[in-house]
Amino acid sequence: MAAVGQVLRSEWTKIRSVRSTVWTLGIAVVVTVGLGMLICALAANDFRTMPARDRLTFDATNVSFAGMGLGQLAMIVFGVLVVSNEYSTGMIRSSLAAVPQRGTFLFCKLAVATALVFLVGLATSFVAFFAGQAMLGDHRAYLGDPGVLRAVFGGGLYMTMIALFSMAVATMLRSPMLSLGILMPFFFLVSNILGNVSATRKIGRYLPDQAGQRVMQVIPRAADVPYGPWGGFGIMAAWTAAALVCGYVLLKRRDA
Amino acid sequence: MIELDGLTKHYGDKVAVDHLTFTVRPGLVTGFLGPNGAGKSTTMRMMLDLDNPTAGSVRIDGEHYRRLTDPLRSVGALLDAKAVHGGRSAYHHLLCLAQSNGLPRRRVGEVLDTVGLTPVARKRSKGFSLGMGQRLGIAAALLGDPRVLLFDEPVNGLDPEGIHWIRNLMKNLAAQGRTVFVSSHLMSEMALTADHLVVIGRGRLLADTSMAEFIRGNSRSYVRLRSPEAERLRDVLHAERIAATEAADGTLEVDGVPSERLGELAARHGLVLHELSPQQASLEEAFMQLTAESVEYHAHDGEPVGGGPAEPVPPGVAAGPGGWGGDWRKKGS
Ligand SMILES: Nc1ncnc2c1ncn2[C@@H]1O[C@H](COP(=O)(O)OP(=O)(O)OP(=O)(O)O)[C@@H](O)[C@H]1O
Ligand SMILES: [Mg+2]
Repeated sequence: MAAVGQVLRSEWTKIRSVRSTVWTLGIAVVVTVGLGMLICALAANDFRTMPARDRLTFDATNVSFAGMGLGQLAMIVFGVLVVSNEYSTGMIRSSLAAVPQRGTFLFCKLAVATALVFLVGLATSFVAFFAGQAMLGDHRAYLGDPGVLRAVFGGGLYMTMIALFSMAVATMLRSPMLSLGILMPFFFLVSNILGNVSATRKIGRYLPDQAGQRVMQVIPRAADVPYGPWGGFGIMAAWTAAALVCGYVLLKRRDA
Repeated sequence: MIELDGLTKHYGDKVAVDHLTFTVRPGLVTGFLGPNGAGKSTTMRMMLDLDNPTAGSVRIDGEHYRRLTDPLRSVGALLDAKAVHGGRSAYHHLLCLAQSNGLPRRRVGEVLDTVGLTPVARKRSKGFSLGMGQRLGIAAALLGDPRVLLFDEPVNGLDPEGIHWIRNLMKNLAAQGRTVFVSSHLMSEMALTADHLVVIGRGRLLADTSMAEFIRGNSRSYVRLRSPEAERLRDVLHAERIAATEAADGTLEVDGVPSERLGELAARHGLVLHELSPQQASLEEAFMQLTAESVEYHAHDGEPVGGGPAEPVPPGVAAGPGGWGGDWRKKGS
């Protein structure tokens, strides 16, 4: 049996020695924080002209995460590349020859990538919150307000889970183009459409991203959502777990 | 030592490897020969547990590959396709492999030195030439100082100096008592490196023999004679009890008689000769003939094909030196 510690160290070397890691994670941070600040500044400006109802449900915390919709795409790219690069380059043969226990190999790769994404995601979430609140001026929320700390922490968790879900999908599909070609349009378009068209909204809110985003809202966006913040995140985690099981089973059975 | 037992691989309907049973012994360079698509790479991938066999098994020093602790310490492999992330430097590629098997970091520097890549160690391997990429693959194979080494077409893309170097490297590794298994489709290349030969065609074992035996059995040397007085030449040879065969173009071929003696004989009888030339059938030809027969064998389905020094051995009996094809007949049929 390959020792888990050795394989973790090896996977960390792999992650830190390719440029795509810095690029994708860097873009995720910059886009999430930058776009969040911009939208907060715009919201602060518009606040006076908003209808009263909107003012009451104004979620200052969540507005500072407005950049995450776009920033998550970079997280998806990171998650997909971490796994599928092994296949597209042929590195998988070297990797599995060195660590023939495929479960150990996959677990260690995902553990290292997920830990890194969690740190980056959490930092992004906190920076996006403070930078965004600074833009909001009088309408800002504070970390001590009810539900706010959970939402900010949840922002980091959401980004981590979206990356892990992408890794699991890439483990199943192997090809980077195929994985990105499915995940990007899905999370950027399909999910939003399903979630906003009234006919499909009831289904849409059980999709991984729609459900997972509940954890970073202090005030629920829709009043009739049948799950709480952690319930929503749990739904997202269940999707990820299912994808991971499929990916693992396929990896075990397939020729490398 | 690598032991294959009835190793078989199907891809859908296609039989890529068909009941291969042979043993690769330590202390020798064993050449693994076969034409394109014979199943060499597939066999090597199954040895590393990358592809799952449809049937049969491979044991490395008695163990299944998956059960080896830190496999790079036991088996080093250079695979045919590049198995490297081009965006990673040579150093980091080797480092991550070393770490996964608990090998000390200094091994990375050592193998980079051995293959001569130290000056470009920090460069991304994407920019490497074919030969440099091949050297990086060889460095990875040597990383764990393994007792068993597999090389799939190692000379691919190497310059003459590189080819010379890898030949010596393989011989030295074998001389240290390691098991060296190297694939190629060039018989001439193998003749210079290998001590033992395993030949496959269409996934089937065609020969398992020592190199010396193969050369002895296949490098036929003869003398070619051409004369305007062919009839009289034949009579003279006949009178001297020298057997001659007539080739298609009307020349005579004489086995086992030195050309000097034939020349003197012709002079003594005042025979005009237009050609008197010693010939050597190349090993390449012998190899091509052998693998062509495997195709024929399939076409006639079941009839062992004569010709060449083929002497079928019952299934399951490992062919000794000189014995051809331990597995001519399909097992279980
Ligand atoms: N993944 C695969 N899926 C389907 N068929 C395959 C696969 N891999 C190999 N084959 C087929 O199996 C046969 C053996 O291929 P293999 O690559 O092992 O041959 P080879 O002896 O290494 O040839 P070469 O000398 O060209 O490298 C070929 O007919 C090939 O088309
Ligand atoms: Mg091949």
